[in-house]
Amino acid sequence: MFDLSFLLEDGYLKLFRDGVLTTLRLFVVSGLLSIVVGVALTTLRALPVRLFKGFVIVVVEYHRNVPVLVQILVWYFGVPQLLPEGLRDWINAGNTEFFFATVALSLNAGAFISEDMRSGLRAIPHTQQEAAWSIGLTYLQSFRYVILPQGVRVALPALLNQALLLFKNSSLAMAIGVHELLYRTRQIDNLTFRTFDVFLVATILYLIGTLALMALSEHFAKRRTAPSGV
Amino acid sequence: MYEILHDYLALFLVGSWPNGPLGGVAITLILSALGLAISFPISVVIALAQVSPWRWMRRAASVWTRLVRGIPLLMIIFWAYFAVPVLVGAEVSAFTTAVCAIIVYESAFLSQIVRAGLEGLPRGQMEAARSNGLSWLQSMRYVQLPQALANMLPSIVNQFVSIIKATSLAYVIGVPELTYSAAQVNTIVLTKPLQTFLVLAAFYFVLCFAISRFAGWLERRIARQRAGLA
Repeated sequence: MFDLSFLLEDGYLKLFRDGVLTTLRLFVVSGLLSIVVGVALTTLRALPVRLFKGFVIVVVEYHRNVPVLVQILVWYFGVPQLLPEGLRDWINAGNTEFFFATVALSLNAGAFISEDMRSGLRAIPHTQQEAAWSIGLTYLQSFRYVILPQGVRVALPALLNQALLLFKNSSLAMAIGVHELLYRTRQIDNLTFRTFDVFLVATILYLIGTLALMALSEHFAKRRTAPSGV
Repeated sequence: MYEILHDYLALFLVGSWPNGPLGGVAITLILSALGLAISFPISVVIALAQVSPWRWMRRAASVWTRLVRGIPLLMIIFWAYFAVPVLVGAEVSAFTTAVCAIIVYESAFLSQIVRAGLEGLPRGQMEAARSNGLSWLQSMRYVQLPQALANMLPSIVNQFVSIIKATSLAYVIGVPELTYSAAQVNTIVLTKPLQTFLVLAAFYFVLCFAISRFAGWLERRIARQRAGLA
């Protein structure tokens, strides 16, 4: 009953491979950008300027309370309206769908990451900072060698969980026509009518990524509590 | 933005009702409420299986939640789209398909909340109940669950926000909910995609922000009450 030999014909395997590669590209590019966004937002929020703090709060709350799909639609359909002609042409010349999906996904994940980083840093007792200063470290040194390593360790499971969400959310790019895994899956289904087989293969492909991320997150969550003893 | 909101308020709120089917915010809320109402009892069963003294039950429940958490919701919606009609042996509306997919997806996440609530109770509760002669199920029913449910109320309200956001994906299979309304408005107006989709984002924002604020208030109130009792 379960026969996958049809995949070997007519280049279906190639379509699947293209889908997986696009999904991975979407995940890696948005993942890296979201870390940049997350660090930028966390830093802005930590600065003693009320305007910055307010700005970060608005950005974070927008990304938390609006569905990711809607964020993608705003970027893909809405934002080009604002751009000057030249820039629009430049974006349209490339892969517009991929570009805007990446922007939307990175900003969304970045906003969530900044919240995780903030609570990671807050979990470090203030005495750590004071102790670091009193042994003669500068502000930057104490941050680099004392606060940050502990903060990352606390925040790592949460950050890996964000990676899991980002990986799953990349499937939403299908709605604006990015040729990622789910888009290709439906395409192969329309060509072959082997719905069950095609979707099963795609589901397993997604699970390989997500189960690995889940296992990693659990591994670090367990390790965190062991050595610190706090 | 105001013009869009003013001219198409009815379409955003109730879709083409009363001349056509109910849609917009109304369907988004009905879909979310149904999703929560049906997935909650299922999640309690899954959570009970996960904390049960029977090893094979714990295994089965944890494999199930892991699988569901590892598959993108959009993928589950497509599975429901072709699997539900086969299972019930009749044609099924897009709305029912979306409800089924949301139940499967959200019950896995809710079960984690219920499980955390159960595991957060002191061990003595269960031991005391068992030593009073209650069976395992009776202790769960009369001692553990009532206490755990009170504790996890804020988390459940927060999960309701996630469910509202999740219903936006029902747009992809043509359920006339809020996002679908915005897409309709966009095809009518044509020249103002940014304003249209920002109005859409604003609708979700107001809904979700208000409910998460309510969850925060609930959490503080429960914490205060407990402090008063202690």
